[in-house]
Amino acid sequence: MHGMINMKKDVLIIGGGISGVQAALDLAEKGYEVVLVDKSPSIGGNMVKLDKTFPTNDCSICISAPKMVEASRNENITLLTYSEVKDVVGGAGGFEAKIWKRTRYVDPDICTGCGDCETACPVEVPSEFEQKLSDRKAIYVEYPQSVPLTYTLDYTNCVGCGACERICDAGAINFLDTSREITVEVGSIVLATGYEMMQPHEWREEYGYGRYPNVLTALEYERLLSASGPTGGKVLKRTDGKPPASVAWIQCVGSRCKQKGMPYCSRVCCMYSTKQASISKGEDPELDTAIYYMDLRAYGKDFQQYYDKARDKGVRYLRGRPSRVYGLTDGRLAVEYEDTEKGEVRTDHVDMVVLSSAIIPSSDNKKLAEILEISLDEYGFFDSRDLLTAPLDTTRKGIYMAGCAQSPKDIPDSVSQASGAAARALMPLLERPRKGRRKKRPQRDVSGEEPRTGVFVCHCGKNIAHYLDVEGVVEAIRDVPSVAHVDHSMFACSEDAQTEIKKAIEEHGLNRIVVSACSPRTHAPLFQDTMEEVGLNRYLFEMANIRNHCSWVHSDDRQKATEKAILLTRMAVAKAKRLSALTEEEIMVGNRALVIGGGPAGMQTALTLARAGQRVTLVEKEAKLGGKLRRLNTLFPSDIDAREFADRIAHEVEDERNIRVILSAVMENIEGYIGNYTARINGEDIQADTIVLATGFREIEPQGWHGYGKDPRIMTQLEFDEALASHELERPENVVFINCVGALEEERPWCCRVGCGNSLKNAKEVKKRYPGSNVYILFKDMRVFGKGEEEYYMDVEGKDGVVFLRYSTGEGPEVTVGEGKLHLKVRDNLLDEELEIHADYIVLAMQLEGDETAPLLKKMLKISSDPAGFYMEAHAKLRPLEFPSEGVYLAGGAHYPKNVSDTLAQAEGAASKAMIPMMLGHTRSEGIISVVDSDKCSGCKMCIAVCPYGAIDHDPEEDKAVITDVLCKGCGSCASVCPVGAIDQKGYENDTIMAMIRAALLDDEVL
Amino acid sequence: MTSFEPKIIVFLCNWCSYGGGDLAGVNREQYPPNVLGIKVMCSSRITPEHIMESFMDGADGVLVTGCHPGDCHYIDGNYKTFRKMDMVSRMFEDLGINPGRLRLEWISSAEGNKFARVMREMTQLVRELGPLELKEEV
Repeated sequence: MHGMINMKKDVLIIGGGISGVQAALDLAEKGYEVVLVDKSPSIGGNMVKLDKTFPTNDCSICISAPKMVEASRNENITLLTYSEVKDVVGGAGGFEAKIWKRTRYVDPDICTGCGDCETACPVEVPSEFEQKLSDRKAIYVEYPQSVPLTYTLDYTNCVGCGACERICDAGAINFLDTSREITVEVGSIVLATGYEMMQPHEWREEYGYGRYPNVLTALEYERLLSASGPTGGKVLKRTDGKPPASVAWIQCVGSRCKQKGMPYCSRVCCMYSTKQASISKGEDPELDTAIYYMDLRAYGKDFQQYYDKARDKGVRYLRGRPSRVYGLTDGRLAVEYEDTEKGEVRTDHVDMVVLSSAIIPSSDNKKLAEILEISLDEYGFFDSRDLLTAPLDTTRKGIYMAGCAQSPKDIPDSVSQASGAAARALMPLLERPRKGRRKKRPQRDVSGEEPRTGVFVCHCGKNIAHYLDVEGVVEAIRDVPSVAHVDHSMFACSEDAQTEIKKAIEEHGLNRIVVSACSPRTHAPLFQDTMEEVGLNRYLFEMANIRNHCSWVHSDDRQKATEKAILLTRMAVAKAKRLSALTEEEIMVGNRALVIGGGPAGMQTALTLARAGQRVTLVEKEAKLGGKLRRLNTLFPSDIDAREFADRIAHEVEDERNIRVILSAVMENIEGYIGNYTARINGEDIQADTIVLATGFREIEPQGWHGYGKDPRIMTQLEFDEALASHELERPENVVFINCVGALEEERPWCCRVGCGNSLKNAKEVKKRYPGSNVYILFKDMRVFGKGEEEYYMDVEGKDGVVFLRYSTGEGPEVTVGEGKLHLKVRDNLLDEELEIHADYIVLAMQLEGDETAPLLKKMLKISSDPAGFYMEAHAKLRPLEFPSEGVYLAGGAHYPKNVSDTLAQAEGAASKAMIPMMLGHTRSEGIISVVDSDKCSGCKMCIAVCPYGAIDHDPEEDKAVITDVLCKGCGSCASVCPVGAIDQKGYENDTIMAMIRAALLDDEVL
Repeated sequence: MTSFEPKIIVFLCNWCSYGGGDLAGVNREQYPPNVLGIKVMCSSRITPEHIMESFMDGADGVLVTGCHPGDCHYIDGNYKTFRKMDMVSRMFEDLGINPGRLRLEWISSAEGNKFARVMREMTQLVRELGPLELKEEV
């Protein structure tokens, strides 16, 4: 396979972690053709190495694998794994990239991923994926869910014995294969190069990593926790293979550390350590878990509650940065630290130490920056055109970025950015034609035919045939009445076998297909495509998994395995007999979007939609656009003028032809669904195809907090911002900021995410305007985590000389109002001292909650909100901008408070999500949806109560349930609760499930 | 006389527990062949009738498996399953069916080892309970 290959695509995405995959999907689903390049043999990046994700404890591989599979199946995405970008020329709208595709020495079209080669290979090398805690072979897949599931021969370690080649029945291994160069022409580029973790060898002296085997990195610990990891999910000491009795987590190893590492905050460590500790504690309640931290940065949605739960479980949090870890004679480890809350130097003895080492830029960034002629920040992350107002743009037009390529961030912030980068990346492509969805092939109508099932049993080389009698299965099925044809093949998934299947369908007039082979999760679409090629509906298909669920797991009992394979095949045949052709209904979606909320999130969403050619109605309840920007003085952490920024973006909105703005808007009603919404606003009916919610947040009622209401010099943060902006303050001597007012307490446990930063930038402003004034910030934990924020904090503390006092919940500052200055008394829990301050101004960083319109809007749109009044997204990690049902999207503070940079990224992302159906012009329902038999329906509404998607309505006139097909996702829960059996799920009908049970257990007529 | 070999029906959800079964295979985790899986999209699709039918047709045990709480592909289907199973198991207890014959397990698609372990445990337990003998009136 020599020579050059040329491709013409729309977008090049570099990096196949969750950010790259999400950006690729967002573009591909709109009809843009994407090339996704990853240097590893599989896409997946770092997320797939994690055991679970905070704060939901979702299994990481379980939620990322479907996305990766989706990317590999999307016909608009070309995956170039094991490949690297070598050179790029041209500019926005016309780049030409040269990509070096390394050979795997395994033909991906032939490799079935069976793993025989791996068994045969005699060479063992440390597995990079498992953080070198276990070995892999020289021919390997990185992990079982790898995409593509193609083996890679690691040439460096291969001894050339040829064992793999001899054992490979498919003949996929080719030692003579060579690497090649591929040239791709694209219009824009997205960088999603992710992160690496600082190797704590540099901390060998302090923390003994590399010297003591029981000092681990957090990623190593993550692999120990993983059920598919080297220890099968058991945390064991490396010294003696026994479980530890105590584990210590050390935060900020290389982060927040100018002298020996990086000055910035790595943003995720506090939470993943909390996760690791609480999972470990959950597994073994006797385990002693302690986290040594400086500030516990539980800043995101539900993070604080997750942290509270960990503490309740018994995870101990000790405030202090350990100075060293050393080995003891009994093999244990000593952690030496100063407990800053108690002011004592202490030494704790533990069995295991986990280091939260810094998140550092991908080592490829430097080379890429040179190739792409863009700039890096001082640490090696890509530089934004403007950190606050253009976070996703690199310094060069046509090149965008997402995720940890920009700075450390968690998964939801990364995928929001990825969608946002997708919206940015389509801007240079607007003139290009997009690929529509594949046209449907004509299909044979089989509804009147008697079922004639073709059964194809696979040997999978030796993987099935070695452990059970494939021909025995064939013979046992041959005489089943509904079976018209049976065959078996060496590899049912091979090209030859597809030809055989198509030939059999035509020769024997088959109208149902059963394949007894491996997993439908990986292989069903392949066979379904084959069926469609000869005009058979793809839903007339069923698989029996006689490999993963049979031959591989019952390998020591050939007879029993054969019996089970026969039963599994019979069950599939019983199901196939009852299958009918299903269609995915199309609903037209036009280009009208309704954006609710005219703050930065709403304005940016509207602009992005409008610039991509959508027609937008932007509604704002106030008389002016701008939202919170109108009340703020400057923006953290860039100190730009908030009102100037609001004016600039509002002008852009007003100048945009595709946007109609409705001010002083009152939402009276919203009805309908995707492609068909009618909103009644100020007495006018507005039609929309999609809706974006950008309603922002608000401060909780301040009355009664720390003397608020008794004296005008006690203000909320927003009031103080307004006073700063209008220069109303009288020269103060002492100003006190109180953070977390009404936050991190029982009634409102969440963290407001933006309060610390806001206090910092206002404190800095006071110091600048009134030199010589004393400024105090009373805080609980200083939660600054974003790009440039920690550095800002260090400056405010160091250069500006702002005084920081740490107080505890329940020991809140007491404010006395009287003659003269305001009198404030607070207990500093670090100095363990009571302090008194005579203040001229006291500023309350109030807890934040959802906008007051949320209760009404969520009812109208059938969506939900959390106790804080923030809308509940479809999935906390991977679908932060969407709701369970398609058509409504979310951006900015309505999701959770966030700074302008994160808000704008989300706004671009929400626009990207809304544009998927809008640019395609339609959306498609699932095939396996539920149907109501209205003759049977008694109108009891049980189904309506269980539907998570609001897809079922009650028709009051007929007193019947009605399903909106396009909203139904096919879970079947409605079918299981209907007391009269009026609802059934297509493809999983009650009769079908019953028939499978009977086929498994009885020898009767269901076949 | 050979020892009693029970028949066990396992309902698997498409997104998590079926994947756990796939991974058990990839890892060659061995378990007894007494279990027969039926895949549905979500565990919440399963009705008390499906479980009853299984027992009536000769199953000695029934396992319902789904995603871990919070992991459901359909938001909260597994919570519905949990409530339903709670009701069903109490109902079966009243019918004199040993509650050990009906089990609910959350198995993620990364838990191949758990999948195999649950299959082994369930088979062993039902083997010890012996064949299910339903009373006439059931």
